This record gives sequence, structure tokens and C-alpha cells, in this order.
Amino acid sequence: MKDTPLHIDALNVAYHRKLVLWDVGVTIKAGRTTAIVGPNGAGKSTLLKAALGLIPSASGKILFFGGTLRKSRSRVAYVPQRESVDWDFPVNARDVVAMGLYRRIGWCLPVRSIHRRMADEALADVGMADFALRQISQLSGGQQQRVFLARALAQKADLYLMDEPFASVDAATEQAILAVLERIKASGGTVVCVHHDLETVAGYFDDAILLNMRVVAQGPVGDVMTPENLRKTYGARLSFLDEVATDPARATPAAG
Amino acid sequence: MNWTALDTWIVIAGALTAMACAIPGVFLQLNKQSMLGDAISHAVLPGIAIAYLVSGSRDTLPMIGGALVAGVLTALLSGAVERLGRVEQGASLGVVFCVFFAAGLVLVRIAADHLDLDPSCVLFGSLELAVIESSGIPRVVWLSASTLALNALLATLFFKELRLSAFDTRFSESVGVPARLIRLGLTVLTSITAVMAFESVGSILVIAMLIVPGATALLLCRSVEGILLASLGFAALASLGGHLMAISALPALLSTMPGGIQIGSVNSAGMMATCSGLVFFTVLLATALRKPAVTTPQPGVP
Amino acid sequence: MDYPTLETFLRIFSLQDHNTRIVLAGACAFGIAAGLIGAFLLLRKRSLLGDTLGHATLPGVAIGFLVAYAAGHDPRSFFPLALGATLSAVAGIGALALVRRFSRIKDDAALAIVLSVFFGFGIALLSAIQQLPGGFASGLEHLIYGSAATMTSADATFVIASSLGISLFCIALFKEFSLLCFDEAFARSSGWPATVLDILLMSLVVWATVAGIQTVGILLVVALLVIPPASARFWCDGMGPMAAVSAVSGGLSCLLGVFLSALFPKWPTGALIVLSAGSIFAASLVFGPTRGILIRSIRTRRAEKNLRREHLLRAVFECAELTEGSVPLADLLAKRPWTRQQMLAEIARLADRGLLTCPPGNDSVQFTATGLSEARRLVRNHRLWELYLIRHADVAPAHVDREADRIEHVLDRRIVEELEDILDQRSHERLVPSDPEKSQA
Repeated sequence: MKDTPLHIDALNVAYHRKLVLWDVGVTIKAGRTTAIVGPNGAGKSTLLKAALGLIPSASGKILFFGGTLRKSRSRVAYVPQRESVDWDFPVNARDVVAMGLYRRIGWCLPVRSIHRRMADEALADVGMADFALRQISQLSGGQQQRVFLARALAQKADLYLMDEPFASVDAATEQAILAVLERIKASGGTVVCVHHDLETVAGYFDDAILLNMRVVAQGPVGDVMTPENLRKTYGARLSFLDEVATDPARATPAAG
Repeated sequence: MNWTALDTWIVIAGALTAMACAIPGVFLQLNKQSMLGDAISHAVLPGIAIAYLVSGSRDTLPMIGGALVAGVLTALLSGAVERLGRVEQGASLGVVFCVFFAAGLVLVRIAADHLDLDPSCVLFGSLELAVIESSGIPRVVWLSASTLALNALLATLFFKELRLSAFDTRFSESVGVPARLIRLGLTVLTSITAVMAFESVGSILVIAMLIVPGATALLLCRSVEGILLASLGFAALASLGGHLMAISALPALLSTMPGGIQIGSVNSAGMMATCSGLVFFTVLLATALRKPAVTTPQPGVP
Repeated sequence: MDYPTLETFLRIFSLQDHNTRIVLAGACAFGIAAGLIGAFLLLRKRSLLGDTLGHATLPGVAIGFLVAYAAGHDPRSFFPLALGATLSAVAGIGALALVRRFSRIKDDAALAIVLSVFFGFGIALLSAIQQLPGGFASGLEHLIYGSAATMTSADATFVIASSLGISLFCIALFKEFSLLCFDEAFARSSGWPATVLDILLMSLVVWATVAGIQTVGILLVVALLVIPPASARFWCDGMGPMAAVSAVSGGLSCLLGVFLSALFPKWPTGALIVLSAGSIFAASLVFGPTRGILIRSIRTRRAEKNLRREHLLRAVFECAELTEGSVPLADLLAKRPWTRQQMLAEIARLADRGLLTCPPGNDSVQFTATGLSEARRLVRNHRLWELYLIRHADVAPAHVDREADRIEHVLDRRIVEELEDILDQRSHERLVPSDPEKSQA
């Protein structure tokens, strides 16, 4: 249990009166990348937020590394959806990335040059070294996403929870994010991504969780992404489901 | 125009107050809570009236205490109405401060049986009278200087927490920086600043100086540090320019009217607010002319 | 403080005073109009616009006064003041539009800027007026705090006519304004002149502000634009009913306020009107039947309780499917992440309601007849929902409402029949419908 980065049991979340997550149970395996996949409104982002305690009305058991979030807060990094903040805010890219270090710096103490260097390193990791002093409103959407990713990397966490990092980004950013995922995995870290693009799930991730208000299936992508499961998650009307699920070129060798 | 030592003190007191207000104001604006200053300045009235009624005197200390309680209560109550009643932020603020202010007007009328209390004095203040009282350095200067020092100290100490919680509440909570607590602290600091300032210079200067210098700086600067420093400069500029306009420009203008209205000088705090507004709109038009009009950016487009 | 005698009481409530009648008519008319237009402002999330415009009238009032004075007219006459107030509120709107067009300053900051700068200038001008011979200034201060009690019949006529005009506009353009508030982009795309409508709405707010200055004063005119609609939001969901309730609550606030101030003539009428509106708001906040705190907390609590009950009944039912009869406590504890204590408390609650029985000394539970039929209904509902999620997964999340007593209350009859058919085919020989997940796999 101690090695399981995230274990969720019987999680119920209601907005107003409406139940959006029913009895969700999820176990994330260490050292792997996991995609949370499902249709719009299935509760994917809600699952992450509830795990992080950002939704007060959630009930259920949530364990990070076998304990509460409070105990292992420094081991968990969160990448919110890009739309959740105001990109007109008067800060530059390096300032935003340095926010990932605030917990380490501590209350009241200022950001020093060593922290700025660490922020710059994290920016270099996502291929944004040249944009450190750029005001964030002048970055493209993909670049903004990479700044958020760099902020999480600067936290040097063991578990990364990312909300739709691949949503409407350019090809360069997509490659940069993939490289980061690989690097996190290589150093023994764990990644959980809310993901919307079915076609890339098998190529990008080790495990998948199919979610539609309750968990339809979870496990290695090869086992999970079957036409049957996808139909249960997305309904029968999506015609390309079979293609997505069975295309061997897209599946990872381990899963196929 | 006849510049005296009194004028110098008025400008110094006005500038110190304005700068003290500009600091929390910048963060209020970044938190999209700009109207809080206006709300607090109305809502302190019942606190002051109750303090009068209870203490039975015009002592400063109970008055500041009462005003502070009322100010913080406004912020807390409007937050509660917003959360519990799911009322939109602006509306919940409006409901709370209007009720507070109305209660204050009634209480003032009750207190008037026992004491001489003029709501206009609380609301609009009189910088001119405040500096007259003493011989050496006027008390109001000490008061505003210490408020400025307090605000500058706190803003420096908690700079990164204030900036983070304003920029990204969710991330802030996820790394254990309690954004709600910080926002509450900012509200308390705003109340303290406002109350200190009302006592001497009135609320008009406070409402204007909380937001206008910061907004002017926001037009020009790209970092929170830069905005803070520039807003201090704009605050000082507004108080000097405002006082000059109050003692010479506006009376001169009025005397050119056909009827020939002859008056001495007008309310300095009011003209300081006006001057800060003139500076703001000048900078706004200058930046707008320099570059093509800003179109709203689409955050979703890469 | 003097308390009113019974005679004054009767005199006031029977409306024998000419003055009370005038004030009452003017104030109530304004309250109704403000409530109507405020409803649109609230839904457009621009509630505090009224505050800014109220403050922004002050320099216009002062300039109107000064011009009239310089021209040798009676500076307190109504027309120049109203004209000045209108022009300066319009200038305030212009300043707001300027900020919105040429900068990235947020709306709330723009409101605060225009409010404080205009009001500051107004205060400076007021201090100039105070220095004029003739002691006019106190008349202007009445406009800041409001002085409904001194309303003359000419004032009242203007207020009533304005209120009538505003209300007529609101009613005539009701669907257009609603559309603007709900979905401006759609209004624009379907050919409505959204900008013109927006300007019209703002002009009505300016008109209401100018009319309201006399009643509640510059500082509190926002109260009647904000508080009644905010109260109405707790009473109903529809746009039409909300506007109606808001108008009624605005009128009622003014009625109460005017009566109170007639009883206690020393107290300021405007403040009493606002306090009445505030009391109505407080009552609505707590007791409002659609969104009030009380009803919502009851609903949440009931939903949580239902959820726990449903979880337990389903757990017992699923265990009973295997063991055919009494279910050991250990099995249930394995199924739910509850502590033993929580589980026992929940079982006791259901036993009280006659749904379960637990033989003493024996760590197991059993359904009663009612319990079994209730559990069967719940499980059927749940499995139908699950089946629905599987069969119609693409649209399902938007429709699923497990709190609904029966699935039929939410979903189309045809869909439910289809789902039931599938469920029946799979479980026709069983006591209970089987788990669709298992039978499909």
C-alpha cells in the first residue's frame, strides 16, 4: 500500500444534487503513466480535483502513498487546466515556474537566485529556456501549457496529476510533453493524465482508466482499450472505436 | 497661489495615505476584488456609530476598533452570502454593504441625540482640517506613515504568497498555500488601511487610491513588483497634482464661468482622486494610441 | 426616542396624510421599476454598475447646480440637477467603455475607477458650493443621502412617470433583454442588435438612477437595483417569475420603509427602505423555497442519507443474491469502505424503518418484506442507470440523475422500456435482475 502513489476507494462526488462520480475506485501503479479517458462530463477532471481535496463535498477514501495528502503533499504535483487561470496576469514564465518551489522556499522567504536557476532548468526541460522572461500573455497556448508543466517539474514530485495537458496544443508542445512523461517515468515517477484523445491513448500511456461517472475498466491499455469497453464508455455511436482499439500500430509492444 | 507649510503637510499626508492604500489595492485588483474598497468605506459607518454609542466619546481608538470590525465583517459576510446563497460576487458585496451603510445612517441619527456626528465627515473627510491640529509634525502624517510602513512590510514578507494565490487559486491550494486565508488577510489589511485613512483624510481618497494608481501601473508594467513600485509613484503624483488643482486650477476655472463664482480652495482629497483619474485616462489613451487596440486574447488558441 | 401613539399609527396606515400618500406612491413606483431593471443587471452580472452610476451622478448634479447659479436661476430647481446627473452618468458609462475598449483592466477595477474618480470630483465641486453664499449646500447633501420624506408632488410625479416608463420598456423588451442576459453571442448571431439593446439597458439604469436619487439618495440607489433581484433569485428559477418577484420585493421594501419612517419621522427614509429590503433578503436567503440555505441543506442531507441507505441496501442485496438469506456483517464490511461503527449505525437506521432485521447476537442482517421490495426497486433503478450509461454512454452523463425516485421520471419512456427488455432477457429466471456488467463480460 505504501508504494501505491494513489489509491481511491468508493469516491462519491455530487454537484448540487447531481451525483457525478459514483463509487469510483482507482489504483494508480507506481512508475507508470496512466490516462483517465472518458466522454465529456464523465467526471475526469472532477476525479483529480476530488483526490486533491479541492472539492469539499467529496466522500470516500483517498490515499496518497498509503497516507493522507497532507503527509505527502511535497510528493504530489498538480497541473491544472490551462483555462483555470487568467493569462493576463502580470508575471513572466520564470515567475510562474518558481511558484512550484514556494513550498520548498517556505513562508515569507523570498525567491532567491538559486530558485530562479532551478526554475530556468525546469523551463529548459520543456524546451522553453528562451522564454523565461516572456510575459505569460505573450506565449502561445502550447507554450503556456509547457510553462505549467515546468512548474510541476520544479516541484520534483513522485506523482504528477495533470488535467488535460494535451488539450489544443501544437505538435512541438505535444512532443515536449511526451519527452517529459518519459523522463518522469525513467526516474521512477508516476503520471496520471486526464486525456481526451482516444487515438493517442495507446501510444502515449502504459495504463488507462475508462471513466464515465463510474469506472468502466482500468489496467494496461492493451487490456482496457477493447471495443467492448469503449462502447460501454462512449456509447455505440462512435464509429471509429474499433479502429482505435484494435490498431496494432498504435498499441505499445508491452500491451499488444 | 499662496503655498504655505500647511500645503506641504497636506501633500505629504495625502501622498503617504495614497501610497499606503496603493499596496493592498494592487493585490485587490489582481484578485478581482476592486469594489471591496468602496464597499468597506461605506460599511464602516455602523461600526463607527456603534463605537460612539457604546463608548460615548469621540476617542479614536474605539472608533477604529468599531470600523475595523465592520469592515472585516463586510468581507466575511459577503463571502458567506456568495458561498451559501450562490449569489454572484458583485451582488453579494452590494447587498451587504448597502445594508451596513443604511444601518449606519440610522445609527448615526440615533447617536445624534447624544453626540455630534456627521456622516459626511466620516465619508468625505477633510485633509485640510486634519493637518491643522498640531504644531510639529501633524498626527495624521505619523498615522499614515506607519500604515504605509506596515503595508510595505507585509507586502514584502508575503509577496510570493499574495501573488500565487491571486494568480492560481487551485494550484496554490494544491501546494499547501491556503489561498482563502491569504485573501482574508488581504481583506483585513485593506480594512485597517481604510480605517486609518478615514479617520484623517476620508474615504474618497481611499477608494480612489486603492485602485486607480495600481490600474495606471498595470497599463505600463508587466510584473507585480513593477506595478507595486509604479503605483507608489502614481499615488504620490496624484496627491501633489490634486492639491495643486484644489487650491488653484479649479477655483480659477470656476471664476471664469459667466456668473463669476469666486471661491477659495476646494476639497483636496476629492481633487486628488480626480487627478489620479486624469493621470489614468491620459496613460490609457497614450498606450492605446501607441499600439493598436487590444483585442481580447483567446486563451484556448495555441 | 419617541414612540408613535396609536393615533399616529392609525393615521399613517389609513393614509390620511397627504404627504405620506405622495411619498408612498413615489417610492413604491421606484422600488418596482428598480426591481425590474435590477433583475436584468443581476443576470448580466453587472449589479455594481448601479453603484458606479449612482456615484457618477454627483459631479453632474454639482455642475448643474453651479451653472444654474451662475446663470442666476434658482440652483435647487429640479431640471438642471436631473440633466446634470443624467449627462454625468452617461459620461461615466463612456469612461467605462473606454477602459474596456483600450485596456485589459478587469471590469470590477474599471467600475471602481470610474466610481471613485467621478465621486471625488463631485465632492470637490460640492466643497466649492458649500462656500457660496446662501447655504444651498444642505439641499445637495439631501441628494447624497436621499430625502424621500421631503418629496413634493412634483418630485413624485417625475419619479412615478420615470418608473412607469422604465417598467414599460422592461416589459416590452422583456424577451430581448432576457436573451441578452442569457446568451449575448446567440442574440448577436440571430440578428438582434445586441449593442443597441445593451446601450438601452444601460440608459434605463441611468434613468432609474436619476429617478432614485430623490428617493434613496446617490449612495444607496444601488441598493434597490441589487437587493430585490438578489432576494428574488431564492424564490424562483424562471426569468419571468424572477423579474416579477424582484419588482414586488422592491415595491414592498419601499412600502415598509416609508411606513417605518412615517412612524419614526426622525429616521432617514432611504436608509429604512434599504434596511427593509435587506430584511427581505435575509429572510429569502434562509427560507427561499428554491435556492434558500435551509431547503438546500435539507436536500443535501437527504441526498446523503439516501445515498448511504441505497449503498447499504444494494450491498445487502448483492450479498443476498449469493447467500440466499441472511447476510453476515463481515461480507458487508468487505463491500463498503465504512468502519464497523458506521455500518452498525446505518443498519440500525434501516432496521428502525423496518427494512432490515438483525437477529440479536448474530452478526448478520436480513431483509424484511418491505426491505426486499425497496432494495429490488433500488437495484433495478441502479442497474437500469448503469445499463443506460453503457448503451447511451455518449449522452448519458448529462441525463443521469440517480437521486430521482424512478428512472422513468427522468428518461424517455421508450428508452426505459428498451433498457428493461435487455435487463429482463438477462435475468428472467432469477429472483433479481443480475449485474449487467458481469453478464455482458
